[in-house]
This record gives sequence, C-alpha cells and structure tokens, in this order.
Amino acid sequence: MAKIVVDGNEFEVNPKNNLLQECLSLGLDLPYFCWHPCMGSVGACRQCAVKQYRDENDEKGTIVMACMTPASDGARISIADEQAHDMRERVIESLMISHPHDCPVCEEGGECHLQDMTLMSGHNYRRYDKKKVTHHNQYLGPFINHEMNRCITCYRCVRFYDDYAGGNDLSAQASHHHTYFGRHEEGTLENEFSGNLVEVCPTGVFTDKVFSQAYTRKWDLQTAPSVCTGCSTGCNITPGERYGSLRRIVNRYNSEVNGYFICDRGRFGWEYVNGEERIKTPVQVVGDESKGMSDEEIDELFNDLAKGVVIGIGSPRSSNESNYALRKLVGEANFYPGIANNEHAINQLILELHKDKAFHTPSVREIERADAVIIIGEDITNTAPRIALAVRQSVRNKASELAELNNIPVWQDAAVRELAQQERGPLFILSNAASRLDDVAQQTLIGTCAEQAQFAFAVAEALEGGTPAGLTEQQEKVLLEVVEALRHAKRPLVVSGSSNGSIEMVQAASNIARALSGDQPSHMALVFPEVNTMGLELLVGPEQKLSTALERCSSGEVSGVIVLENDLYRRAPTAAVDNALLQADTVVVLDQMHSATTSKATHVFPVTAFSEQESTYVNYESRAQLSFQVHQTVTDAKPGWKWLTNGDSDINSIIKDCSDEAEGFGSLDGLVPRLSQFVVGLKIPRQSHRYSGRTAMIANRNVHEPKQPEDNESVMAFSMEGMPAMKDASILGSTWAPSWNSNQSISKFQEEVNGELKQGHTGTLLLTEKTETGIPFQPIQVEGGGDSGQLTLSLAFQIFGSEELSARSPSIQKRMTDAYVALAPVDAARLEISHGDAVAINGGPVAVACIREKISEGSCVVHCGAQINPHDLAGAVSLTKTSESLPGKGLSGLIVSDLCEESY
Amino acid sequence: MYSLIKDTLLSQVVTLWGVFKKLFVKADTVEYPDQQPYMFPRWRGRIILSRDPDGEERCVACNLCAVACPVDCIALQKGEMEDGRWYPEFFRINFSRCIMCGFCEEACPTNAIQLTPDFEMAEYVRQDMVWEKEDLLISGCGKYHDYNFYRVAGKQISGKDKGEALNEAKPVNVRSLMP
Amino acid sequence: MALEVGSGLTIGLILGTVIVVAAMLIWVERRLLSFWQERLGPNRVGPFGLLQVVADMIKIFTKEDWVPPFADRVSFIIAPAIIMTVILLSFAVIPFAPNIGIIESNIGVLFILAMASLGAYSVMLGGLSSDNKYALLGSLRAAAQMVSYEVFMGISLLGVVALSGSFNLRTIVEAQEGMWFVVPQFVGFVIFLIAGVAESHRLPFDIPEAEQEICAGYHTEYSGMKFGMFFVGEYLGLVLVSSLITVLFFGGWMGPGFLPPVVWFAVKSGVFIAFFILLRAAIPRPRYDQLMTYGWLFLLPLSLINLLVTGAVILSN
Repeated sequence: MAKIVVDGNEFEVNPKNNLLQECLSLGLDLPYFCWHPCMGSVGACRQCAVKQYRDENDEKGTIVMACMTPASDGARISIADEQAHDMRERVIESLMISHPHDCPVCEEGGECHLQDMTLMSGHNYRRYDKKKVTHHNQYLGPFINHEMNRCITCYRCVRFYDDYAGGNDLSAQASHHHTYFGRHEEGTLENEFSGNLVEVCPTGVFTDKVFSQAYTRKWDLQTAPSVCTGCSTGCNITPGERYGSLRRIVNRYNSEVNGYFICDRGRFGWEYVNGEERIKTPVQVVGDESKGMSDEEIDELFNDLAKGVVIGIGSPRSSNESNYALRKLVGEANFYPGIANNEHAINQLILELHKDKAFHTPSVREIERADAVIIIGEDITNTAPRIALAVRQSVRNKASELAELNNIPVWQDAAVRELAQQERGPLFILSNAASRLDDVAQQTLIGTCAEQAQFAFAVAEALEGGTPAGLTEQQEKVLLEVVEALRHAKRPLVVSGSSNGSIEMVQAASNIARALSGDQPSHMALVFPEVNTMGLELLVGPEQKLSTALERCSSGEVSGVIVLENDLYRRAPTAAVDNALLQADTVVVLDQMHSATTSKATHVFPVTAFSEQESTYVNYESRAQLSFQVHQTVTDAKPGWKWLTNGDSDINSIIKDCSDEAEGFGSLDGLVPRLSQFVVGLKIPRQSHRYSGRTAMIANRNVHEPKQPEDNESVMAFSMEGMPAMKDASILGSTWAPSWNSNQSISKFQEEVNGELKQGHTGTLLLTEKTETGIPFQPIQVEGGGDSGQLTLSLAFQIFGSEELSARSPSIQKRMTDAYVALAPVDAARLEISHGDAVAINGGPVAVACIREKISEGSCVVHCGAQINPHDLAGAVSLTKTSESLPGKGLSGLIVSDLCEESY
Repeated sequence: MYSLIKDTLLSQVVTLWGVFKKLFVKADTVEYPDQQPYMFPRWRGRIILSRDPDGEERCVACNLCAVACPVDCIALQKGEMEDGRWYPEFFRINFSRCIMCGFCEEACPTNAIQLTPDFEMAEYVRQDMVWEKEDLLISGCGKYHDYNFYRVAGKQISGKDKGEALNEAKPVNVRSLMP
Repeated sequence: MALEVGSGLTIGLILGTVIVVAAMLIWVERRLLSFWQERLGPNRVGPFGLLQVVADMIKIFTKEDWVPPFADRVSFIIAPAIIMTVILLSFAVIPFAPNIGIIESNIGVLFILAMASLGAYSVMLGGLSSDNKYALLGSLRAAAQMVSYEVFMGISLLGVVALSGSFNLRTIVEAQEGMWFVVPQFVGFVIFLIAGVAESHRLPFDIPEAEQEICAGYHTEYSGMKFGMFFVGEYLGLVLVSSLITVLFFGGWMGPGFLPPVVWFAVKSGVFIAFFILLRAAIPRPRYDQLMTYGWLFLLPLSLINLLVTGAVILSN
C-alpha cells in the first residue's frame, strides 16, 4: 500500500494503479472520458487533469493527467486546485466545440457521461462562434444507431471494439478534428459484442437502436437486477420496463461473472417478451377448436391429472423453481429432463466432474486470468459468448507479463500493446470449422468431433508422459506446442462443452485437465448451451432420459404429460415426439411462446418471461443467481411453478422448499434477501427517484389512480418508495449516484474500481463439495474412412438464432441466417454443390449450402436454427442439391472468416 | 402611562380610523365573469403544445417536462418519424393533478410546451380533465415565434442534411487527407 | 289597535323587526367588511345582494340537521335554543320609543344582566354536549369569558343607575333629557362597550370560536339550523348590545324632532352595530390569557373607581 495526499487528505492506495483509478476507488469525483476500468489508460482526452506537488513545500505544482500518473507512495495531488479545475473546464469546452445541440433528441440524454462531466467540470456556455464540424452517419445494422456529430474522440469505441472484443470493422478514420469512428463502408457491425459500444461510448455516438424505437429515459425505466437467460454464462443484466413493455437490457456489473460487458444476444434478445406471439391466456384444445379455461377448469385439470401417472418434462430454460415444482407434482420417477439423450449424458458427466477434486470450474473473471487455454470442440463464441470474450482477454496476459518485466504499468494500455505487438498467450482451438477466436489462437485444428476427441486424448496422454500414436504429422507438431504451452502455464485452462453432443470430447477435456492438476485443482470450464441446464440436471438422475419419457407416453401407460417451457421438436427425433404427443391423452404445455409442441398440446398455459418473474438460475460453474421480477405481465401468464403448485405457494416458500428438499440446492435459499437485512425494513424501489408520469400514465383509462401494485413476495417494490439502492448495492437495479447519471456511476458502488460491489452478491456456488479424484477416461479410436458419399455431421451454433427465445426477437432475426450446411470445397466440388445452393440433407430437410475453407474433408457442419430438428439427422448424412426454393434470409447474417473466396 | 395609552388604546383607535377610511376607497374587485380580467401573457394557465414556424410539432418527446413535473401529471412516449424527427406518440396531461407551476415550460428545450393565460378549465367530469396530444396541440407558435429546434440541433431530418443546421460546416470527407 | 307599550301589535312588530334585522346583519356585515377590505362583498343575489340573506336562509334550512352520534342529544339540541330565547327575552325590557316597548319593568337592567348570564349556559352546554375537544375548549373559554366580563358590565352600569336613580330603562332614558349619560359616565360607557363585545363574543373577543386555533369552538359540531340559531343569536346579541348602549348612554329615542323617536333609536343603534363590525374588520384577536388579565387587572379596578367617583359626586351634590 502507498500513501498519497489528495487535497490535503491522506489516503492509502494501491501503487500498482494510476491516480485516476485510485481517486475513483476512494469515491472522489474526478472527470474522465477515455479511461475505462477494463481497458486501462491512453491519456487521450486530457480530462482528468490534476495538480501534482513535489512535496509539502511545493506550492506551485504541475498539472498532470491522473490516468497517466502512477499512484506512487508520497504523491501529493489536488483535484480542487483552481488551475486544474480550469484546465478541465477548458478541455471540455474544446471537446464540446462541435457537439451538436441535440441532447433532447439523443438516446444518451439523462445517462450521458459527457453531460455529467460537463456539469462536473463547470463548463456551460459555448464561446466558440465558428462553424461546427459535422459528419455523415452510417447504417450500422439492426442493433446500433450512429450519430457521429456527438463524438468527442475519446477512442473508447475502437479500443473496446478492436482491441478488447477483437472486432475488425470499426476504426478511427481521417485525422485531426475530422476524426471519424465508423466502418469502412455502411453495414452491420459484425462483432458479437457491438452492443457494448452503447455503454462504452461516453456520449451518444453509438446508441441502442432497439431501445430507441420505444425510447424511454433512464429515470423512467422500472428496473430490477436480473440474470440473462441467453446462455449458461449467467451474465447479470438490468432490464428496463415502461408502460407495461420491456424496453431494453443493459449490463449489470458482477465482478465474478460478466464485469462490464455482455454479448449482443443478451442485450438485444429480449424483444420476444413484448411479442404478439406470446401465449396470453390458458387455452384448452378440443378437436380443432381452442377455448379459454376458467380457474375451476384449471383446478379440475390438475386434479384429474393427479389421479393417474403423469410424465413431467422439465426445461433447461426454465427456472429452478418451475422445474422443481414440476418434479414435485409428478414425482421424481416421472420427471424427465427436456434435453436430448446424448446431451443429457454429457451434462450428467459434467456434474460428476464438478464434484471431482481434480477440477475447478473458473468464473469468467478467472478465465480472463488464464495464461494458456485449450478449447475442445465448443464454439464458445456462439454458445457462451461472454466466455469467449474472457478467453480473448486471457491471451493478453502475456502482454501484461512482458510489461511487468519491462517495468511498464499494466494500465498503460498503448505502451503495453506497443511492447507486446503480436505476442499473445497460447490459445489452442480444436473445432469443426473456423471460429471467431482463431485470430488470437496459436493453433487451430479442424476436424470432426471424433478427431478432436482423439487429439485431445493424445494431448492428455502426452501430458502424462506417454507418446500417443496414430496422429498425423501436422497433429504431432501441434501436439508438441500444446503440451509445451500447457506444461509451462501457471494457470492453464481447458474449455469444452456439451452442445456438440460428443461425450468423448468432454472426457478428453477432463483427461487433459486431470493431467494438468497437481496439488491444486486445474481449471476446466465446461459450458452448456442453455441458461439453466445445470439447474435442471441437478434435479434429475442420469437414468432419467427424455427418450424413456417419450416411450412411456407412446405406450399409453400414462394419463398425461406436462411439458414445461420446452419445444420437444428441438430435443428428440420428430417421429418420436409426434408419436408420444399423439398417444398421451392430455398434453399440457406451459410456455411463453407458441411452438411446434404447443400446437400438439391439449392444454396450453402462458408462462411469464424472465423479466416478469422472480427466479433463480444456475450457470455453468454451478453459480446460482437470483433474478428479480422487473415488471408485471400484461397477460394472464404466471410463473411455471405457480401453475404447477395450484397458486398456493409464493416464490420464497418454493425456493425454500427447493433448497430443503432438492439435493444440491442447499444454499439456494441464502440467495433470497430478507427485508430485515435492510435499513429499517424498507423495500428497495424498482423505480428511480425521478420516475415521472405517475398520475398520467394510465389516466386515459381512468383518471382515478389505482394504488401502486404491491409486491408481497420480494424485497422490491413496484414504486419509487423505499430505500434507494445507492445506500445498499446488494440489490442494484440501475446505478445512479449524485452527479453520476451514466453507467459510469458503477464506481460509486464498487469496493474499489473493478472490485466487488459494496455489500454486493455475486451468486452462490451450489456444488462446492468435492469427492475423491476420479480416474482418466479411456481414449477412443477413430474408425478409419467413412463410406463413400456420406459426410460426417457436426453441428454449428449461431449466437443469433441458436437460442430458442432470443431467436424470436425481430432485431436478432435480422442478424440470423437460415439453416445452412457448411462443407469443404473438395466435397462441394465432388457433390457439384455451389455456395448458396439449396441442399437436401438425407433427402429431407433443406438448407443453404455454404462452402468454407476450414472444414475437414468428408465432413459437414450443419446449423439447424428453428427450421431443422437436429435429432432427425444421423451422424453421417448425404447431401443432394435440390431445386426447392429457400426461405428469404439465406446466409446474409453469417459472419465467418473462412468463406471461400470464389464463392462470394 | 402616556406610552401605555399610546401603545394600547391610541393604536387601536388609529387602526380603527385607518380601516374606516377604506370605506371611501374604490374596491379592487374585478367582477368576473361580467368583466373579463386582463390576463398577463406570462400567466400560467392552460398548457398547450405549440408548433414551430414551419408548422411541425415542436415537441421532440425528450421527457424533460415529465420529469420536471412535481405532481407527475405528464406522460408521453417518444416516437420517430421516417426522417429521424422525434415526436410524442402520445402526450397526456392530467389536468386534475396539474398545479400550473410552469416547471414543464421551464424545462422544455424546444419551447414546445407553454402555459397560456386561459384558466377556465373546470369540468363536470374529472375524466374530461385528462388531455391528450390532440387536445393540447395548437396550430401556432405560441409565445415564441422564431425558435425551431431542428434548425439549431445537429440531428438530421428531411430537408436538413448534416451540416445544414445553424452554425454547422459541411460534413467532412473522411477519405480526404487535406487539413 | 294602537301602537302602545305591551300591545300585541307592538310585541309582534318588535319580535319581527329584531329577527329580520339580525338576519339582515349577515348581509350588512359581509358588505361592510368587504368595503373596509377594498372588496365588493356579496352583490349578486338581488339588488345590491340584498337577497343574499334569503339564499343563506334557504341554504341553512335545507342543510342536513346532523346530530353527532357521540353527542349528548338533549343538551346538544336545546343549547342553540337557549341563546335565541334569552336574547329575545332581553328585548322585552328595551324601550324603543315613548310608546314602543313590551313591558315596563322596574328591574330592567337587572333582567338584562340575568338573561346575559343565562346565555352562558347555551354556549357551555353546546360545547360540552358535542364531545369534541375543540368544542370543549371553546365552551371553557366562553364560560370564563362571559362570567368575567359580566362582572364589569354590571358595575359599569351602576353609575348610570345611580345617576338616574332607577333600574327601569325607560326612566333611565327619560333621565337623559338634559344630558346623555355618555358625558358623565364616559368611563362606564367604554367599559360597557368592551364588556358588551366580550359578552356577545364578537370579534376581537371571539375567543370561544377562534377558527384559527380551535376550529369553530363550541359550535364545531353544529350544522344546519342549529348552527343557524347560534349564528343568528350572535347577531341578536349584537343588536341587543347596541340597543342597550343607545338606551343607557345615548339618550335612547331622544333626538331633534324632525325624525320620529323610533328612527332616532334605530340610527343610534345602527351606528353602534356598524362600529362593532368595524372592530371586526380592524382589530386582531387577543390571546385568551391577555383577555382575562385585561379584564380582571384593568377593567375591574377601573369600573370600581368609576363607581366610587360617581357615588362621591352624587353625594357631594
């Protein structure tokens, strides 16, 4: 610890950081623009000027930039100094010279860092009477609005987009006061983290296009802390609601999980919540007609069901409470996971590995700290994007190491990048096709699932000291590199997952991790494709298979089946599902949206979306997190558990029951905050203290204002009344601090910059008990040579489109592709298929052909989307060109780096 | 003794005389409604939404009036025209709550919302005191005749490209290397 | 029937006139107050707003006659009747003109004092029976105020009685043939004026009602015509006190012959009524303790001295 003096007051600070960061950690107000807690300093904006003194006798001092000055021991600075203040004011005055006069029509207004800093620095009048520099805007795709005139050239956007997120289609152009931040030509910003520009940009250059369509100021949004349901990472989000509809999602800081950034699926994949396709009322289907159900009829239905044997099919996108309530209703023996058989087996294996002492599942933050990474068969950019961003940061640890060797502070971002050049930490990717992380990977091996698993087993064997056989020359060369890198790494990391349905890859991954573990468990991140896969798998045993459930339904031995938030046509072969749903007398489906399954149901119940219910989810590292209800639904929807428990229970008691009765969920109850924890038992308001329009919002319907809706179940209130979150960050919906209206106010809630939230809750790990070390798995052998004409099939996932609910959002749909089948140029030539052709798979489902360079010969990669049921396809398929017409989208949304040149 | 009398008795008498003299002073009362009082232009009465000199809606749905309103009686929703111009999809004032404080007018950055000298707003049914945009929007400029927000603001709308707002230079050519 | 003392016609005329005058005072007071406050006052109903009284009467008669369930019903109902009754009774002994009056009483002055004492019961009963804290406070104040000021009122009159040598009001008027008693009994007049205001709890001595502190004091719970009776009772009291001042100190009906005696009486009384309204317009209400201190420590000694001096002068003559 170092001691510094700020305006005469002595503070203890961390000398490894810069003065700006430490001042913010201390809670002092110091304006800044270009510095970002996650991206270090570049000293571009000159806004954080402070005066530094040599010693106590120095009265003159010199002006320095706080973000570029280390917080070294004995530093004496003044923020309040008149000259420093004057400099900051003049700097902002010049930054604002060309700022357009358009705050009222700017989506950033009211949560604008530039507005805050202008006020803080004291500038208020534009004295410059010459003309303002203007720019043309660009169309940047369905997510982001561009308004270049508002730019203050802090360079944060390109530093995030290019340097941090690895994008390559946003750049700083032109020079001097003409500097322009945009694409080389109009078009969609391709990076899957482009949405973060909205939050990274300190002013309104990049704004949320979806939010803008139904724009609401920050203070008018009703918010609550929530958890993203896009994938198994469990990023923390803050959804905002107004006039009964969801308006936007922004990142919510969680030091262990997502930090400051979320992916575009999470940020923009919420629109289905307001969608017209939502199921609105409980419906009974009689013959071809459907009619509404009264409360008595619903009671009767569940009473009738209770008399016989009922199969319950849970869902990986449903909350723990709903799955638990279903299991309780139908009994453990009749409760099955709504997960494909092969994936279920892998998930259960992953659960076992979680309990193994040899492994530790790292949080996202820990992943960022890894110094050698091997990814086996999981396209994390598309299945768990936030983890991919973390892996991308991990390769920069090499640069940090170099910087430390050369005595350069790590936060000196430009200097560190200059020093490191192309030096990166080792990242190895085994994949079925090119992936978005290839640009930072040391080696990428392309192969079928079996080939990847075989190579991974070989790596494990080599790490144990063996000499694996049966590898090609190129593989052996890569093997040496991999083993070398992993052996020398201090914090190696193995990443794999269950989305590809290949248990061997996970086994092989665990073998590598096991070989790397010594006294300490080694880090292994195994991800799932859906938000609560882990929570569902904890509730079922390995022998409870979906196929068994479907068979039991088909045999007619059961009186009914209850399907919870699941489209079975994405989980099992079409024929099996058809048969099962046909044979069962009663098919009750609870879901948010209509799907192929609901169309086969006899009873359909509407279920609340994630923002309309309080619920818990378990992420890939068994971290259980509580997601609060943000707003009330305008339909008759109820949470799944409420339908299944006959409405008797409330959320607190169902969480308590789940915590008490379900194995592994012991610490779930601890997630729920109690009113007694808070100051004088006051509730936490969901609305900001500036929430407007209360007496006019619904005055068109009735001028007599109803009482504010009450929330009897949670510690939050549907009003402005209660204890503002700024006093207690444990339930932090929207951040706000005096004179900090933008999201930069987060530093006021952190213990220190980038640290944990004050009194904050990062979630609870459910699986903390470790058993004895298991034994390595036996390697598999690849059968040599497939039969002619057939291509080995593996699946491709798309960040936009693979997740069922977000794929229903209009803005996400604009970025989606149709189902496609990607194959190598050699195979394409052999089968006489060219890029963009319609191709029938096994003579059945039609997909677009997509010819990619980095696909191994004799295999194909299929992206199913919502059009094809992947379980109808066997491990090897034959492709034939057809003349069938394709649905409109084609491959326009596909962003991969290895599309064959000639096929463009 | 004298001062006691002066302070008690005499002062009462003086007061009585002073008040009595008012009998011969003309009353201030204006006999509304027979006599219409003169309403000052800045009187804070019925709220209107005005149009800019080009006849377009001035309101850009920035929500500042709503947040300034101490009784929260203004609610609106932003909408956007094809050309990028912001406007309120709905704009509602609940006059049964309005206290005519004029904060909304103070807050309005485009001079759209204005208070007028009209105060005769009584209704028999309270629901009739909820006014929508159709009721509020007038066809003129109100008190401010010249101001047109979009001529000043950098936002591009139809008929006003980038660089054509007040005090703006032509958009730069990003490809040019000239200073 | 001739207009003579005690005839049925006279009684009817007096009763009617007094009540109508009291009712009209509602309008007179509001208009006078507004003139003194640079306003116009009620001028909408009828010519000059004269029918305002009718409108008020219709309103007050058609209002709900509400007896609170927690009130003591009997005393709550009779309380407003008492004040009307006793003040109307007091008018019985007032000589309006040589031939106009109801009875000739040798104890006219005492009768009026007795009636005034009874009036206190009305206020006390009204306040107590309401079972309301403001009403209780109001009636406590009223009791103390009326009992106290009755003392000086009585003593201040004794000078007049001594000078005229009679308790008969008609005799007192006739005794002022040469000089109005206001001249020899100026101090007595001032004390009587003040005590009269206090007795009828008119402003500035409306401490038992004092809206700003205790709602409406003893009649907080009253509505409809019961409240109306208190209201009219107050105006009747105002007329009574003005008449008494005229009779006792300003020579009653006497005046130059170009006007009939009863008109002189009315003019003199009217001046005092207007004066009482002017008091309301001009002078703020004292505190309760100030009122009591002023009465007992200043008015009582002053009235006693006045009586002693008067007695001494008479004896020396």
